[in-house]
Amino acid sequence: MEKLINEFSVGLFFWQIILFTLLLLLLRKFAWKPILNAINEREEGIKNALAAAEEAKKEMQNVTADSEKLLQEARSEREVMLKEAREIREKMIADAKSQAQVEGEKMIAQAKQSIEGEKKAAIADIKNQVASLSVEIAEKVLQNQLDNKDKQLKLVDQLVSDIKLR
Amino acid sequence: MRMTFVSKFLGLTALLLSMTATAKEGPEASGNSPEDTKAEIKEFIAHHLQDSHDFDLYAYKNEAGEEVHVGFPLPVILWDEGLKVFSSSRLHHGESVAEAGGNYYTLYHNKIYRTDAAGELTFDEHHHPVNVKPLDLSITKSVLMMLVTGLLLFWIFSSLAKSYAKNGAVPKGIGRFFEPIVLYIRDDIAIANIGEKKYKRYMPFLLTIFFFVWFLNMFGLTPLGVNVTGNIAVTSALAVLVFLLTNLTGTKDYWKHIFDPLGDGMPWAGKIIIYIILVPIEILGMFIKPFALLIRLYANMTAGHVVMMSLIGLIFIFKSWVGGPLSFGLSFAISVIEVLVALLQAYIFTMLAALYFGFASEEHHHEHDHEEEAELMHS
Repeated sequence: MEKLINEFSVGLFFWQIILFTLLLLLLRKFAWKPILNAINEREEGIKNALAAAEEAKKEMQNVTADSEKLLQEARSEREVMLKEAREIREKMIADAKSQAQVEGEKMIAQAKQSIEGEKKAAIADIKNQVASLSVEIAEKVLQNQLDNKDKQLKLVDQLVSDIKLR
Repeated sequence: MRMTFVSKFLGLTALLLSMTATAKEGPEASGNSPEDTKAEIKEFIAHHLQDSHDFDLYAYKNEAGEEVHVGFPLPVILWDEGLKVFSSSRLHHGESVAEAGGNYYTLYHNKIYRTDAAGELTFDEHHHPVNVKPLDLSITKSVLMMLVTGLLLFWIFSSLAKSYAKNGAVPKGIGRFFEPIVLYIRDDIAIANIGEKKYKRYMPFLLTIFFFVWFLNMFGLTPLGVNVTGNIAVTSALAVLVFLLTNLTGTKDYWKHIFDPLGDGMPWAGKIIIYIILVPIEILGMFIKPFALLIRLYANMTAGHVVMMSLIGLIFIFKSWVGGPLSFGLSFAISVIEVLVALLQAYIFTMLAALYFGFASEEHHHEHDHEEEAELMHS
């Protein structure tokens, strides 16, 4: 112990305190603070980047789920639309059919009607022509038969005998 | 089997050693007896462990028998009725008297004493000089090494800081080696012992002390032969800084832990009886903690140097083809261990400093603090 105390150098102690304090202050300002700050920033950066990546992954998953959902929706929508279109088509066809039928019937009816009218007119015409022809024929017949007096008198007799008094 | 082999080997070694020793005895017996060599080595080790006013690389005896020191002198700064500055070369390793500002100084056992022009020293009955010892603030070998280490640390870590700024917080070159250590000190020493909330305040101190002690320990292993951290004044200074920082940053809980450790657990009448014993122990603990730090570092580094140099010294005692390589191998093994010890002691010093800072900045009472502390103190 005595040797230790004897060995103790006040000068060395003094220099050690001064130099170490100086070194501490210098290193703190020019080395430790920048180094620790840089490391801290880097670690924060890494942590943030990891969090961001995690977030992005989640978002990605969400997006995939969303697109999947959208696709599903689109598919079902297409399904619905196709079904509707088919229905519309069928309906249109049915409508067209029924309309055509109605129209046809109407046309047929009209045709029938006009045919009837024509027929009637033709019949009337024929009747008129028959009447005038028969009158002409009758005229001619009469003219021929009544050329002589006997025949005229015979006819008159016949006619008179036909007439029965009631 | 193994035992017999080892014992045979040792026996053979001893035989060879004794043979060569006797063989050497003949021609060189004149000036260099083994006892002389041993004494010389012992003195050399003792000299090496101490601080020095010159930076000696090596010394030898020339043909005339004079000791020649190869190295360079360092400035001597004395406070003795005014500032006296002169080169240590004027002291000639204690062989001559240096005159500065009308006073005469001489070197005796690495200490500077004021003498008369003839360089006379008067001794007391314990063979200690009674001459006036001026306040010696010289730039000694250790101070020079501290300066060099400080500059080296500053250069390494300020350039690391700059490389961070340049490369977007990615270390480059030697920073790749030092950054994990910095991170380790932050995560496993500072945060683990002080806590997430307050560790930042102590980080510069912990980092500086770790690298400072580590680098100086490593320099101690170089052939430069500087034993800075194995010097009691250096470790004391570091411990004093730890003590000051611990107690100046102590929270209310820390002081309460010392002066009122039981708190409201007991009525005041009971507490007084216990506190008569407990409080002095706690106060003593305040000083013992850094004291243990300073002794641990000093003793470990000094012991390492003594063992290493003794083993190297053995080469010169054996002077044989067997003893030489054997002690060389041993000293090599020890120096490998010393490299580990250099790191370990720096780590333990930092670790314990962080632990004490942890106590100082504690916010609540922790029942297990004492146990943890006791465990670490014994490790």
